Amino acid sequence: MADLALILIGALLVNNFVLAQFLGLCPFMGVTKSFAPALAMGLATTFVLTLAAIACHLIHHALLIPLGLEWLRIIVFIAVIASVVQFTELYLRSASPLLHQSLGLYLPLITTNCAVLGVALLVAGEGLSLPGAIVFAMGAAAGFSLVMMMFSAIRERLEGADLPRAFAGAPIALVTAGLMSLGFLGFAGLD
Amino acid sequence: MSGTNAAAGGANAAAGGAFTDAVIRRNPAWIQLLGLCPLLAVSNSLVNAIGLALASGFVMLGSALAISALRTWIPSRVRLPCFVLVIATFTTLSVLLLEAYAFELYLRIALFVQIIVSNCMILGRMEAFASRQPPWRACLDALGTATGFAIALVALGGVREALGQGSLLAGMEHLFGPIAAGWRIDLGFDTAPFLIALLPPGAFIIAGLLLGLANSLGNALPSNRNNDEQGKTNPDIRKAEG
Repeated sequence: MADLALILIGALLVNNFVLAQFLGLCPFMGVTKSFAPALAMGLATTFVLTLAAIACHLIHHALLIPLGLEWLRIIVFIAVIASVVQFTELYLRSASPLLHQSLGLYLPLITTNCAVLGVALLVAGEGLSLPGAIVFAMGAAAGFSLVMMMFSAIRERLEGADLPRAFAGAPIALVTAGLMSLGFLGFAGLD
Repeated sequence: MSGTNAAAGGANAAAGGAFTDAVIRRNPAWIQLLGLCPLLAVSNSLVNAIGLALASGFVMLGSALAISALRTWIPSRVRLPCFVLVIATFTTLSVLLLEAYAFELYLRIALFVQIIVSNCMILGRMEAFASRQPPWRACLDALGTATGFAIALVALGGVREALGQGSLLAGMEHLFGPIAAGWRIDLGFDTAPFLIALLPPGAFIIAGLLLGLANSLGNALPSNRNNDEQGKTNPDIRKAEG
């Protein structure tokens, strides 16, 4: 139990996926101009990331390791992630059209979100057990959503800031992310 | 993009234009902000940056060649999964090559070599260019995009290594073998190195400062004033001013 709590805190805060491990930066920079899309992207990613990590973990242990095909993991994992995204979309469309309307736009983008593939590869590389893998994926996804929401709230404030021309848009956003990352370095003491 | 669709008549000039276009005006990292994850993650030293630039270039070039050669056989409805599988194949090849010939370096950048497959820069170029053009043009465009990405990686890697370690080209023997052991340049700073440049916050902050610098240089160039490619940053600038 203590192990799982450590994995959760580690993935959520100490080794935050965006600010410490540089995974999932495309949505982090691309969909955080305002709060609502950032929240939707965070939720959609949380859902897909956890499901994909479980599916990849099961396939890795049931197929790839017994058959000695671990070197095929990149191809297999990306195919699994694309299928999970597809099934999630089909399921959401029939089960909850309202949710599909708000999240649907972000689902296809998640296939090329490197955080999803990154979690699957890290789980495989570190040889986590199934509960460990689930907790690690949920921590990583929650950390991603948390940072997406914080960053979008800051960027909404930055809209009206009086900046040098050359720094408007992406440059100041990167510097802001750097300062947030500096704050998250403080969590290193928790480990 | 203007040069890329030109008629075959001025093919050479147009191809040269496509290359410089891909390197500078459509620079994948600085102008379009694609491939940021590997850019920020492995740029803590020049050797890591160059290693990843070579691996990405290999994947980019191989996939462009394969996809362009197969473009008439790939059904358009399932083209994206096909592209992803081709890219994943070349990523696996680059992982196996690095494991075989540069294992020390591979251990340091392993995760980011493996996630080259989910780099939207590569998939984007395959969809927008390689799947519609003959192989030699696709290769030229891939080479241009890969060079642009490499320039961004090397610029950020050089600045971070110089500030954070006070050296340049340290550890190149992990990539090019024992010959490169003497390539390390010591910059001879009197003060202690600026450690934060090597840590994650330094990556974000220095990338932001470099991008701001590139923007101010770009704005000063008359040729870029009315440029379509700048359209992505201009609305932000106008918003900030208004």
